[in-house]
Amino acid sequence: MKIGDAARLLRRPRRQQILPGFGLTMGYTVTYLSLIVLIPLAAVVLSAYGLPLARWVSVLAAPRVLASFRLSVGASLIAALVNAVFGLLIAWVLTRYDFPGRRLLDALVDLPFALPTAVAGIALTTLYAPGGWLGRLLLPLGIKVAFTPLGVVVALSFISLPFVVRTLQPVIADLDQDLERAADTLGAGPLLVFRRVIFPALLPALITGSALAFSRALGEYGSVIFIAGNIPQVSEIVPLVIMTKLEQFQYREAAVVAVAMLLLSFAMMFMVNAAQLALQRRHLGKR
Amino acid sequence: MRPREDFPGSSGAARTMGRVFLIGVAVLYLAVFLLLPLITVFAQALAHGVVDYWQALGDGDALAAMRMTLTVAAISVPLNTVFGVAAAWAISKFEFRGKGFLLTLIDLPFAVSPVIAGLIFVLVFGARGWFGEWLSDHDFKVIFAMPGMVLATTFITFPFIARELIPLMQAQGRDDEEAALSMGAGGWRIFRVVTLPNVRWGMLYGILLCNARAMGEFGAVSVVSGHIRGETNTLPLHVEILYNEYNFVGAFATASLLAMLALLTLALKTLLEGSHPELRSARTRKASAVPPRLAPR
Repeated sequence: MKIGDAARLLRRPRRQQILPGFGLTMGYTVTYLSLIVLIPLAAVVLSAYGLPLARWVSVLAAPRVLASFRLSVGASLIAALVNAVFGLLIAWVLTRYDFPGRRLLDALVDLPFALPTAVAGIALTTLYAPGGWLGRLLLPLGIKVAFTPLGVVVALSFISLPFVVRTLQPVIADLDQDLERAADTLGAGPLLVFRRVIFPALLPALITGSALAFSRALGEYGSVIFIAGNIPQVSEIVPLVIMTKLEQFQYREAAVVAVAMLLLSFAMMFMVNAAQLALQRRHLGKR
Repeated sequence: MRPREDFPGSSGAARTMGRVFLIGVAVLYLAVFLLLPLITVFAQALAHGVVDYWQALGDGDALAAMRMTLTVAAISVPLNTVFGVAAAWAISKFEFRGKGFLLTLIDLPFAVSPVIAGLIFVLVFGARGWFGEWLSDHDFKVIFAMPGMVLATTFITFPFIARELIPLMQAQGRDDEEAALSMGAGGWRIFRVVTLPNVRWGMLYGILLCNARAMGEFGAVSVVSGHIRGETNTLPLHVEILYNEYNFVGAFATASLLAMLALLTLALKTLLEGSHPELRSARTRKASAVPPRLAPR
């Protein structure tokens, strides 16, 4: 399909539109989107498509690839859960309470967005290495973080924290505090108020934020490769497997693993968007 | 700031205790998991004193990496800014079918792993890629050269500015522009005089976030760069090389530059959010429960 056809498909409006520039801006948008995103993404799909099904299975079922998927999905899930708990707590504290240094901490929450992943990677590795500030404390307890799967979890928790906090903050700010006061006057303790009044209202945003954190963690590369130690079948994540295959010029195998991963990520993304839409519908219905 | 009075009927002391406990846990978590890594960067960079630190930064390869990082950002950020403006104009000022689908497509790069973002350009432009032969016949290198790094960075930062501008321009509607049109202004003039002043802070905000990511991107450029010292290294790639050579002072000195860039970005971002509360990071804003523009017209 040509780009012009695509632009025509995104059809013109029912309502009369008098402002100029639709053709120009829409044409540019679709062209640029195709050149930078869609066509290159199609390349990976086509490249993998050229392989027979049996090769697909043998590539994806290889123990090293399977193990990397288990680790990537598992560690991302744990990181998302850790962030669901502590992200909720941090979002709550930063939104509801006032204390010295609150604004500074609030700004700090975005650090994992702003700090390049390679920098985060070497800093976390140094910190958790056996001789590092934290590694030294954990070693007597028998906890090894650097160069183990636990290190992968730590790095992924670091980079995905802001998603949960930033998703929850506006929702917490919008909570109707009268409900909490009413429950309080009726004799419910703080825990009961949290469980029955606050938590249900936050749950959709909590799920969305955690899902965003999960999908970010799934594809993460820079912060993980330093701390993971990258032992095949133990602490090797999927993006690193793709990288290794590329370095060995196994382009098609790399493409197969990449397509499997893209399908996983896109499925996540559509689920988040669908949940979002359902949420918005429900909210509009209530009004 | 909203009033934070205690609820009636509850025991004040227990409530205060609970509050102090929650604040304590949050502060401790942020201090250990976010602040400590940041401090580590500077502590390690200065571990052997200021002289070594300066020497590491003045190294020829480090300077070349700085130049490369600035060059890549200087190309990909403006590209995505122009795209963001065009996409926001088309999406916010007109109604058409498939708008939701288009928005999803614009978001796609957020869901793609950086390594895959690099891989797709290797598959298109690499030696064995679609255009590989043609490119080598014409003696033009994309992969293992600057153009590939610009492409990969542009892909990774693709949605940043569009996702800031679209909701902002949607919220502002098109009344102002239509009024300008009725007074005889042309399209370009309407944009320059009416639209741009309305969205300039949002645009700046988007550029800020886009630039931070462009300069800090690691995975995608790592795939397409080929790691040629002094030629195709950006600052994050230079950090990796030095670190793997056990040159920790050099690695952390270079990393400290990137950390300062991150802190500067956060400071400017916080300032902008303070004076313009409608700005919020695009990647999370769409998740907030009640987008104002959803209100039925």
